[in-house]
Amino acid sequence: MTSTTVPATSGEVRRSGAFHLHAVRRRLLVHGVQAAVLVAVLGFWQLYVGADSRKIILYGVPSGIVARLKEWVTVGTAVGSLGDQIKVTIEEAILGFLIGTVLGIVFGLALGRVRFLADVFGPFIKVLNSIPRIVLGSVFVLAFGLGLESKVMLVIVLVFFGVFFNAFQGAREVDRNLIANARILGASRWQVTRQVVLPSAFTWIVASLHVAFGFALIGAIVGEFIGGLQGLGVLIKTAQGTFDANGVWAAMVIMGAVALAAEWLITRLEKRLLRWRPPQLSGPDL
Amino acid sequence: MTTQPAQAPPAIELRGVRKDFRSPGGEIYTALRDVDLTVRVGEFCAVVGPTGCGKSTTLTLVAGMERPTEGSVRVAGQEVSGITSGAGFMFQTDAILPWKNVLDNVAAGPRYRGVAKRTAHSNARDWIRRVGLAGFEDRYPHQLSGGMRKRVALAQNLINEPRILLMDEPFSALDVQTRALMSNELLGLWDQTHPAVVFVTHDLEEAIALADKVVVMTAGPGGTVKAEFPIGLPRPRVVQEIRFEPEFVDLYHRIWETLRAEVDIAYSRTRARAA
Ligand SMILES: Nc1ncnc2c1ncn2[C@@H]1O[C@H](COP(=O)(O)OP(=O)(O)O)[C@@H](O)[C@H]1O
Ligand SMILES: [Mg+2]
Repeated sequence: MTSTTVPATSGEVRRSGAFHLHAVRRRLLVHGVQAAVLVAVLGFWQLYVGADSRKIILYGVPSGIVARLKEWVTVGTAVGSLGDQIKVTIEEAILGFLIGTVLGIVFGLALGRVRFLADVFGPFIKVLNSIPRIVLGSVFVLAFGLGLESKVMLVIVLVFFGVFFNAFQGAREVDRNLIANARILGASRWQVTRQVVLPSAFTWIVASLHVAFGFALIGAIVGEFIGGLQGLGVLIKTAQGTFDANGVWAAMVIMGAVALAAEWLITRLEKRLLRWRPPQLSGPDL
Repeated sequence: MTTQPAQAPPAIELRGVRKDFRSPGGEIYTALRDVDLTVRVGEFCAVVGPTGCGKSTTLTLVAGMERPTEGSVRVAGQEVSGITSGAGFMFQTDAILPWKNVLDNVAAGPRYRGVAKRTAHSNARDWIRRVGLAGFEDRYPHQLSGGMRKRVALAQNLINEPRILLMDEPFSALDVQTRALMSNELLGLWDQTHPAVVFVTHDLEEAIALADKVVVMTAGPGGTVKAEFPIGLPRPRVVQEIRFEPEFVDLYHRIWETLRAEVDIAYSRTRARAA
């Protein structure tokens, strides 16, 4: 899976007058249909599954999920307060995400800039990338125990490669003229890397961060699932062990909320870092 | 031997230069051969020649971005090794940093060389004003017109007070009016610091209007200097008007005779390859 994520185009379109009115109406329509789809799916689920108590146990039901969330918030979960579980998982994900991202950028730029390093380390990275890294979770739990470290290690490993390949690609795609111009103006090789290659590769790097944070959450939760004492992964495992489908779904809802919040933050970061780019007309945003 | 100014080394000196490129397939392509070219200190030299004759390659050799396969390239008497110091380079396409505003782009050179931010910025403001961009310090490149971006590139180079300025078809992407305007301003700015200039262009009128000397190159592969024409037109010149002078017209005809033969050769070679 040598996946590079292609930089997204930021879509900001200035509108005015009748065009603006049209856009507002369109947005209302879109949101209206979205709400209708949600109601239809949840309603069908509630009515179809909710009528049969055996199915409720197997599949869970929306009203049961809401009740479970309420219980977790007010009473707490089987492994402690809900806030603590969320905090533990986010802590692991963010710590691993930051370390993995920094390592990915440093190695990506270094190999993208220095041919010798790319020739030496390229094959190793390809091999490491081709193994299913999630299995390393077991190794890390054995090696580093049930605490924070094993999860952070797994997150780092999952985050690193996506960021690395994008940083590497970004460093190689830098306009040759920009580099030559900076060199002639007096920049050292290090200054070129810092002030030309890095900002130029940022479009690529930032694009990879969206996917990377998704991997960070997956890593943290799978790590907890494989062997942990606290966190959303443990919550899911406990719910599964007690045939509590509603609990599994409830934990997933929380993960979804966390992922959306992270996505929002990363998009803000992206807008800030790539402020210099011209506003672009883009296709449908997903 | 005395070191009188007359015997000071020329700004740029190419002797017997050959440049080979190795294609991905492994064949060797000779872009330049037997190139001899001298540009005096403070001289404005224009280079014309058909596409692919090695004009850009010549500039990259002088700038130190490439090494000659054979022969010597000297700048101010020093054999070029590594990026040539004291050189400015204007690329055909934009090479200013799109994520830096005009002020930071113009201040880039001094900042790379370790000049304090305040000094660099005040110097940059001065050069921004000289190229006619006062008031645009905070704009990003994508907010500027093509002509304005060229002005930024010009200021970015001139702030370093280069001894030699290499320009690779710098104005070719501009519309005709803007181009004439920029050429005029280039002459004004050149007058202030007087670097030696190598100005590559495919526009013979532009070459004659600007230069002290026009160099015609032969068609590639293996492009070389075919002829040099001194341009004695008096300065200061007004680029838009000088082309009507009888002396200009006469020069134009003479140089065009030489150039046309090469353009025809290049054209027939391209056609032969395409056929
Ligand atoms: N880095 C390179 N690798 C291989 N061939 C090159 C390279 N740079 C230039 N060439 C070849 O050398 C010839 C001269 O190129 P160039 O100097 O750009 O011509 P001009 O600027 O006069 O149009 C062209 O045929 C071009 O394909
Ligand atoms: Mg060229």
